[in-house]
Amino acid sequence: MSHVKGLICKECKREYAEEPIHVCEFCFGPLEVNYDYEALKKIVTRKSIESGPPSMWRYEALLPLDEPPKVGLHTGFTPLVRAKNLGKAIGLNHLYLKNDSVNHPTFSFKDRVVSVAISKAIEFGFDTISCASTGNLANSVAAQTAEAGLKSCIFIPDGLEAGKIIGTLIYGAQLISIRGSYDDVNRLCSEIGAKHNWAFVNINIRPYYGDGSKSYGYEIAEQLGWKTPDNVVVPVAGSSLITKIWKAFHEFKMLGLVDKVQTKVFAAQATGCSPVTTAIKNGSENIIPVKKPNTIAKSIAIGNPADGYYGIKTASISGGYGEDVSDEEIISAMELLAKTEGVFTETAGGVTVGVTKKLAQQGRIKPDEVTVICITGNGLKTQEALTNCFPAPTVIDPKIDSFEEVFANSLTV
Amino acid sequence: MSVKVRVPTPLMKLTNNQSEVTAEGTTISEILNNLESQFAGIKDRICDENGTPRRFINIYLNEEDIRFLDGESTAVKDGDEISIIPAIAGGA
Repeated sequence: MSHVKGLICKECKREYAEEPIHVCEFCFGPLEVNYDYEALKKIVTRKSIESGPPSMWRYEALLPLDEPPKVGLHTGFTPLVRAKNLGKAIGLNHLYLKNDSVNHPTFSFKDRVVSVAISKAIEFGFDTISCASTGNLANSVAAQTAEAGLKSCIFIPDGLEAGKIIGTLIYGAQLISIRGSYDDVNRLCSEIGAKHNWAFVNINIRPYYGDGSKSYGYEIAEQLGWKTPDNVVVPVAGSSLITKIWKAFHEFKMLGLVDKVQTKVFAAQATGCSPVTTAIKNGSENIIPVKKPNTIAKSIAIGNPADGYYGIKTASISGGYGEDVSDEEIISAMELLAKTEGVFTETAGGVTVGVTKKLAQQGRIKPDEVTVICITGNGLKTQEALTNCFPAPTVIDPKIDSFEEVFANSLTV
Repeated sequence: MSVKVRVPTPLMKLTNNQSEVTAEGTTISEILNNLESQFAGIKDRICDENGTPRRFINIYLNEEDIRFLDGESTAVKDGDEISIIPAIAGGA
């Protein structure tokens, strides 16, 4: 049973019916799902959640569907990894990774938003699913559209990693690569959306889509033993995830599922595309868009973040901050995570790990605080970033002498 | 100076359901004022009380965000195309 009352403008609070719309007709502020929290208080308990499935659908009552989910039934409830080795390396004694690099079905947190968006698009009666994507969203939309048996038409900026392209085409998706940046793709999609009656998951389905991200925050709190962390370090592109994690924690508090929320929320970006962290550092509420993003962290290279204003507000209201790292620091952080925890994340995960290390060095994150690093994507998808980082493996003949020669000279087993 | 202006869906109620209209002016500001004279009430929707474009509106001149040009003072010439587009979420 649905607990959605409709949509409400985040800015002027005008209310709208539950439809595939995403901006306030009056002030152009973003629309959000308006839930009946009084009704939810009566039915959502720790016990009701714990008896649900081991997926994001254990929080189904808090997600904006009117009918049971149609796709992505196994999405979410990914591991919260206690990262003792990485913590030791960067001086944090209570460090965790929320590891969506193993999310189902396409190995990124985008599976959460897409399972909600496509299920909602089906409720609305759409037969074609579309999106503007930096790659991970494309992968998930392609996979879950295939699962739903619908058509898809997906738009990406040119120059994406092979894993993101093959990882979209394999599902039979129609994929169009646009000469330009993600922001160019996004603008084109909004114009296409005005002419074609498709479900653009991150445009007209956006209010519902975005709330899929809340499950990432719910899981962090539940997996910490119904507690919110002292710090959470979040990758920022469009700034949606950072606001939804914050919203998730506060909904849990409102519903009495956690006692308090004193979490500092930190925004993490790549220096080559850092409009949000730059504004935070400058103490400004206004985003100066980045015209030509230039970073290996392509999945978060959005120069004109739609929710950037809210990302800045979330970091500042929570007492957090924003920090960014160079491409070299990203690669070194990806290696550090892999070598200490055995987790191979994509470049965006290098950003959050690298930024956490920096924040610990700056003293903004204290050694004995509980800190969660968001790992939102899988390293196998962005292998290009690591080309030339490692020497090729030694090739030998299948003879014991050949091995002993190499062993004596260079191996340290 | 006559330019083509693409109007977002939420404003089409004010433009007799046209997604593209023509407007006259030599700068973005003048274009917005000209739109207002044709379609009463439209400027209030695009701009805040100070007359500057709202936070959640992006204006493009020939595919270029006017924030990368001279903002509302950006000069326009005959045959230019302007898009008024709501900000949209995407990425992580």
